[in-house]
Amino acid sequence: MFGAGGGTSSYQEVVESDLIVMWGSNARNAHPIFFQHVLRAVRRNAKLYVVDPRRTETAQWADLWLGPEVGTDIALANTMARVIIEQDLVHHEFIERATVGFDTFAASVAAWTLERGEAVTGVPAWAIEEMAVAYARADRAQMCWTLGITEHHNGTDNVLALINLALLCGHVGRYGAGLNPLRGQNNVQGGGDMGAIPNRLPGFQDMADAEVQQRFTAAWNHPIRAQHGLHLAQMFEAMDEGGLKALYVIGENPAQSEANTAQAVQRLGRLDHLVVQDIVLTRTAALADVVLPATAAWCETEGTVTNSERRVQRVRQAVQPPAGARDDIAIIAAVSERLGRSLGATDSEAVWNEVRALSPMHRGMSYERLEALGGIQWPCYHEDRLEPSFLHGRLWATDPTERGARAPFSIVQDESPVDQLTADFPLRLTTGRRLDSYNSGVQSGAFLSPLRQGETIDLSPHDAETLGVTEGDLVRVVSRRGALVAPVRLDRGLRSGLAFMTMHFPDEVATNDLTIDALDPKSGTAEFKATAIRIERHDTDPPAAPAVDN
Amino acid sequence: MTSQGDEATPRSVQLSVDGTVVTATEGDSLLAVCRGLGVEVPTLCYGDTLTARNACRICVVELDGNRTLVPACSRPAEEGQVVHTDSARVRTSRKVVLELLGSSVDLSLTKGVEAWNERYEADPSRFGPSAAPAGIGERDRRVTGEHHHADPLTAATVAQPAKIDNPLYVRDYSKCILCFKCVDACGEQWQNTFAISAAGRGFDARIATEFDVALTDSACVYCGNCIAVCPTGALMSTAEFDLRGAGNWAPERQHETTTVCSYCGVGCNLTVHVQDNEIVNISSPSDHDVTHGNLCIKGRFGYVNVQPPRRRVKD
Repeated sequence: MFGAGGGTSSYQEVVESDLIVMWGSNARNAHPIFFQHVLRAVRRNAKLYVVDPRRTETAQWADLWLGPEVGTDIALANTMARVIIEQDLVHHEFIERATVGFDTFAASVAAWTLERGEAVTGVPAWAIEEMAVAYARADRAQMCWTLGITEHHNGTDNVLALINLALLCGHVGRYGAGLNPLRGQNNVQGGGDMGAIPNRLPGFQDMADAEVQQRFTAAWNHPIRAQHGLHLAQMFEAMDEGGLKALYVIGENPAQSEANTAQAVQRLGRLDHLVVQDIVLTRTAALADVVLPATAAWCETEGTVTNSERRVQRVRQAVQPPAGARDDIAIIAAVSERLGRSLGATDSEAVWNEVRALSPMHRGMSYERLEALGGIQWPCYHEDRLEPSFLHGRLWATDPTERGARAPFSIVQDESPVDQLTADFPLRLTTGRRLDSYNSGVQSGAFLSPLRQGETIDLSPHDAETLGVTEGDLVRVVSRRGALVAPVRLDRGLRSGLAFMTMHFPDEVATNDLTIDALDPKSGTAEFKATAIRIERHDTDPPAAPAVDN
Repeated sequence: MTSQGDEATPRSVQLSVDGTVVTATEGDSLLAVCRGLGVEVPTLCYGDTLTARNACRICVVELDGNRTLVPACSRPAEEGQVVHTDSARVRTSRKVVLELLGSSVDLSLTKGVEAWNERYEADPSRFGPSAAPAGIGERDRRVTGEHHHADPLTAATVAQPAKIDNPLYVRDYSKCILCFKCVDACGEQWQNTFAISAAGRGFDARIATEFDVALTDSACVYCGNCIAVCPTGALMSTAEFDLRGAGNWAPERQHETTTVCSYCGVGCNLTVHVQDNEIVNISSPSDHDVTHGNLCIKGRFGYVNVQPPRRRVKD
């Protein structure tokens, strides 16, 4: 929001808030220690609202669980917005002084009556109204979300719909009130902060900005190309067209993590040259022309990562890496050297100090201070003081100059998932994580977890009965892109018509063979959360039971 | 670390500890006041991230005007208190606590006990030789309210075989002093999983899963936040338990490094315990405000993928 992407509040503010919405987030399993902060708030009598098509373990802690149909988040948010406007619960002063576009926005949600909202989302009108009113009336309200919001073809619009709600009620820019995307990986925030996005340089500085270009050109003694790059999905599309011929992958396993993997692997095959730098020989690394063995960043190197509350923290070397594995920075420097250019000092503190010199929002974070304070949230402009723990406080300033640019309301339209339900593909498959596993299982597959049951296709008891299958039966799951065999697990947290899988065991059950690569054009994220499938009995097929990891 | 929000400024109070007048913050525990002065007060059931339970009574101090000794861990500092931390009553009380616990529980891995025994002249062996250890599950089967014939020649103990029912951690209740820290960490103070609680009464009281089922059949989610708070080594990772069992546990060859977990974006600090370049344990600093010492199953046990010999680089 407003240029720099990051959660607006600290975890401590979540603890001290009065109402928390977890929207499309099963934090109890995917972000367990963040959820401890939420539970501390609940123990302090904060209200918890959970919005998720599944009645997850997170939802079980909620004062109220709202279970919309997959892909109807905008309909739900817009209906809530209409309730808040109709009942005059908006924060007039904040809207007038700090926002722009309210009237157009109000007109755009006028048609979202509770009746229509209920019809589209499947959430009872009274529940939508209750949550809308509670959110608007709370003094400090937190809106938290994860991939249930972003992994849709209109994920960015989903986020904007939630931001609209916060702007309506003035729930941003104050201690305890905020908008917080929970990051899925330990440095997904830091990667973006450091410019690992197609249009920014470190510190979210626009590479097309002349002043920024000049500063970086001077520091690096090399001109910065003003051209914005491609995001992940655009890169894969460019491989098709031959516009992208070489790919250097660091610590990512797209051969298993991309939606519609059959197509992703095909595209990787079209490259002239594929380089993979990773800590183990992943499926993607197995396809590579060159594999660069790397150290495990979290325990074999020095550096920093940035968490979901924008806190930069030190990672430190605890063990010696295996012989031959090299630090990521050292590998990049060596590659650069071969390309005829030395990067200068490459120890982690020297690199970090270069970041501080070029990115104003990191300037005050010396290694010494990071150590002494247990990490520091950005922005941190000065070495002698800390900024407030929340972002966008300027929006509440009385002085218009200090207040700066207004925060815009966004007009967002409800759109169904791309992969439509039909008689041939009548079930909605959504995906997510389990507590003891992580992404494609490269890291988490090694330890023995008593909780692990291997991949399953989770069905509602009602659907299982209709299909004539029960727990443990092998079934064929078919989407428009692929098919696989998996055992059934019954989950009473699923409503009829909704199925669930993870992507933790791609070697046994390649869930992403099913998922659709329909993309959000703004973020490049695929619609992992909404696949149309059908379930076929497997007993008529030849035995092809996947080995299920226990 | 962030700058703080609006908080009311607490008031100051004056009290005396062993004759030294000290200014403290209202609401601080006497334990915190004593430790601030450098006055040693032994603790077992106290945890810096947990609400005081007053279970072990080893931290008791004498307070002028109070009929009974008070637990320093939970008694708040008040204006005008006169505190004695080393009076004869305090010393006797601590000695008896050490003797009763030491005679019935294996305190071999409890930090500080040896020095305290010496300081308070505690002799846990004075109740006679230890009674024979209970068999597997024997103590768990005891019925509440049933009275046992006491053997005057031996010291009753909680000795029993360690419970090994899952690949990640071991419960050795022969080392359990019933401090309840694991129950509180698993329950509403942090983890909110409620996999364990106290069962039984009197000397038969014990920490148990629901209906004494194996952990694998319980609500346990293997966060290991119980291990993190256990003061006696009753709860221990399997990695440590096996190394100890094989005689290969060597603290003098270990070092600890704090880094950040790689399993999600919350940013939990991990303290990696390394012996001979292998990770032997993971904990989290209790004074860090992201985790308060807590982790999830992945953070605490998910380090195996970086251990030798899983990763080898081909020449």
